[in-house]
Amino acid sequence: MEKILVGLKRVVDYNVRIRVKSDGSGVETDGVKMSINPFDEIALEEALRIRERGEAAEVIVVSIGSTEAQQQLRTGLAMGADRAILVSSAQPLDPLSCARVFRALIDRENPELVILGKQAIDGDNNQTGQMLASLWGRPQGTFASKIEFNGPVATITREIDTGLEVHEIDLPAVITADLRLNEPRYVKLPDIMKAKKKPLDEIALDDLGIELAPALTNVSFEPPAERSKGVMVEDVAGLVAALKDKGLL
Amino acid sequence: MAKVLIIAEHADGQINPSVAKCVACAATIPDAEIDVAIFSSDGEALASQIAELASVSRVLRIDSEVNADAVTVQLVPQVMAIAEGYSHLLGPSTTFGKDLMPAVAARLGVNQVSDVMEVVTTNQFRKPIYAGNAILTVETPVGMPVVATVRTASYQAVEAGGSATIESMTVDAEIPSHSRFVERKTAASDRPDLQTAAKVVSGGRALGSAENFELIYKLADAFGAAVGASRAAVDAGYVPNEMQVGQTGKIIAPALYVAIGISGAIQHLTGIKDAGTIVAINKDAEAPIFEVSDIGLVGDLFKVVPELEAALNS
Repeated sequence: MEKILVGLKRVVDYNVRIRVKSDGSGVETDGVKMSINPFDEIALEEALRIRERGEAAEVIVVSIGSTEAQQQLRTGLAMGADRAILVSSAQPLDPLSCARVFRALIDRENPELVILGKQAIDGDNNQTGQMLASLWGRPQGTFASKIEFNGPVATITREIDTGLEVHEIDLPAVITADLRLNEPRYVKLPDIMKAKKKPLDEIALDDLGIELAPALTNVSFEPPAERSKGVMVEDVAGLVAALKDKGLL
Repeated sequence: MAKVLIIAEHADGQINPSVAKCVACAATIPDAEIDVAIFSSDGEALASQIAELASVSRVLRIDSEVNADAVTVQLVPQVMAIAEGYSHLLGPSTTFGKDLMPAVAARLGVNQVSDVMEVVTTNQFRKPIYAGNAILTVETPVGMPVVATVRTASYQAVEAGGSATIESMTVDAEIPSHSRFVERKTAASDRPDLQTAAKVVSGGRALGSAENFELIYKLADAFGAAVGASRAAVDAGYVPNEMQVGQTGKIIAPALYVAIGISGAIQHLTGIKDAGTIVAINKDAEAPIFEVSDIGLVGDLFKVVPELEAALNS
């Protein structure tokens, strides 16, 4: 295939302890480390491996958001992507609007494959890939843990609640990456230097000519209910007694 | 009045336990009339199972050859063919619902509300974000249909005792052939189902190998429990993916959860927050799992677990 499009979302790093702002207006993001959404990193790694196997010619990374997302795109370029596109938007976009952005980019770039992370670890929505496939009228291979190609047909192994499921899908298609699809590579310093010379195009959201979706309104954010402090027991006898106390044995 | 349509999940001639939980969620939408659609190749028995659930008014039975093993892109046009007139379309937050419902939402031109844990009003819902480290209340746009997945761990299944009418129908939909189901690889197990079990015993990286995980299976059998695992144990290949509990695996709410050799990463804890009692056994007294456990025991699992199993079996 000629092109693979990969989405990279800038999110709060997975190691950061999330705190809800005291006024309930959101979560604390000031001065917090930001990274590529881990599932998107897996998506990119898979695209790179497909290209390295000679099954694709070009990998394009895409992010939607503020200019700060250039950092994540540069990281994607350092990992090995050929070029990057930032769709600049002052406001964060909802999943359906993001899917419409990708749909518009598909018309410009004509990729045979779009790989996205199965979910972003901020909103945990798990919907953009499915929405894109639905708008595009093409197959969706979601929660993929293995991808193989046989000409214009991809065989996708998907992680489902009861085990694994295998689908055959015709390209072009959308695939969303699950955890065990691969282990993303580390970026080396020379790659970071090289990445600075790779093309990073910026497209204003307005120039794509899409209609934004009606977003959900965030009414309030709260910290989750805390569990009350438990007891420590010394040994198995103590554990059995405590379980009996609670009527669990 | 709210008109709710639930898309039922099923396999091997049985409706998935998530159906009764979706109904429970739908029943908390003010003034709701609840229909459940079942897409299968022969839905007679499945439709009867659903009709027995309390609070359901109609079961829509859509039988078709293609629905024997329909993939999402084949279900979407069928769902769209019956979606008209509904104010709410619900599916479960299982891999079935997560795959299907966003595709439906996109066709309807709305965003999906993922993982509803509480219905506040007809168009306001509470849902976890950031691996459950924040709870967000969202409002859907007025005058637009609500498409949502239901966080099944937040709901108790509705009881039987309903007597919904069953309507067989055919839908006029163009079914794409660009996506084809090939096979499902499901390991047979006599143990309780992880998603719905009252008791769950989970093992983590500290088990060290697939062979050692046998300790967890034996203990689970002594408890009469289902078996789960942390991501680390799944990634290390000790157990298959369907056993993963956490942000990206299964979110569960058993009465008893026993975490063995699991340090308690945030991503794991979000999967067990609704458990009744959490027991943690870990050799590291500083492990974060002890911050959420109700009963903690610091000790070597290779010594403690066989002892506990013996105590339970005696």
